[in-house]
Amino acid sequence: MCNQAVCLVAAELERQGIATVAVQLLREVAERVRPPRALFVPFRHGYPLGVPGDAERQHAVLDAALRVLEDRALAPPALVDYVLTG
Amino acid sequence: MGSVDEFSLPVRIFLRVYPWRRIDPVPWTPLAKPLADCRVALVSSAGFVLPEQPPFDGSIRGGDVSFRDIPSDASTATLIDTHRSASFDHTGMHADANLAFPIDRVRELVARGRIASVNHRHLSFMGSITAPGRLIRDTAPEAARQLVSDGVDVALLVPV
Repeated sequence: MCNQAVCLVAAELERQGIATVAVQLLREVAERVRPPRALFVPFRHGYPLGVPGDAERQHAVLDAALRVLEDRALAPPALVDYVLTG
Repeated sequence: MGSVDEFSLPVRIFLRVYPWRRIDPVPWTPLAKPLADCRVALVSSAGFVLPEQPPFDGSIRGGDVSFRDIPSDASTATLIDTHRSASFDHTGMHADANLAFPIDRVRELVARGRIASVNHRHLSFMGSITAPGRLIRDTAPEAARQLVSDGVDVALLVPV
């Protein structure tokens, strides 16, 4: 439900001219709801940016999300996988 | 990857039959300028509130579609989790609210030169919304109007 809620808010933000990227925890939900830009992360619910207290891991996820925004080759709905490294 | 297998059988059955809202057409705002020139806001659905704010109401049928402004200089230690869902583990975001509402991280993105600025406020929702009609019709448009009026270029959205 959280995944759908942020997708629906993202869509309204885009309609009003704000570029968005939504972290997503369930691929099947994002594929059905279709937010404009989504980054799928390999983490369980409650842990969208990975590990509590691990600032660099959280930054890695945020940077991947920002790179989705910067990728001009993407078209809506853009669904990108976050690749876990390290 | 998150999986529906994390949930109890009744929740899995609910998710299987739930009529997900399909966004169609999918709106698209291209990034108009480099991120290093952009103002960024966060939108989290983790149900966080500040001590002086009313908690999200877990008793509302279909979900509480309201949202709270969270000042971007708020301390993550002051955020209170009022998310009603028992379907996920809350202990991680209790230990570190940045896990689901990365207020400190986006400030650091400014210091790193990755973005120009952080908006003076972020937005907090509680995502356990099974009947999103009022979210779509009322509160999401109001949230967007507020961020547009703030001059926000980019929003990062984080569910739990």
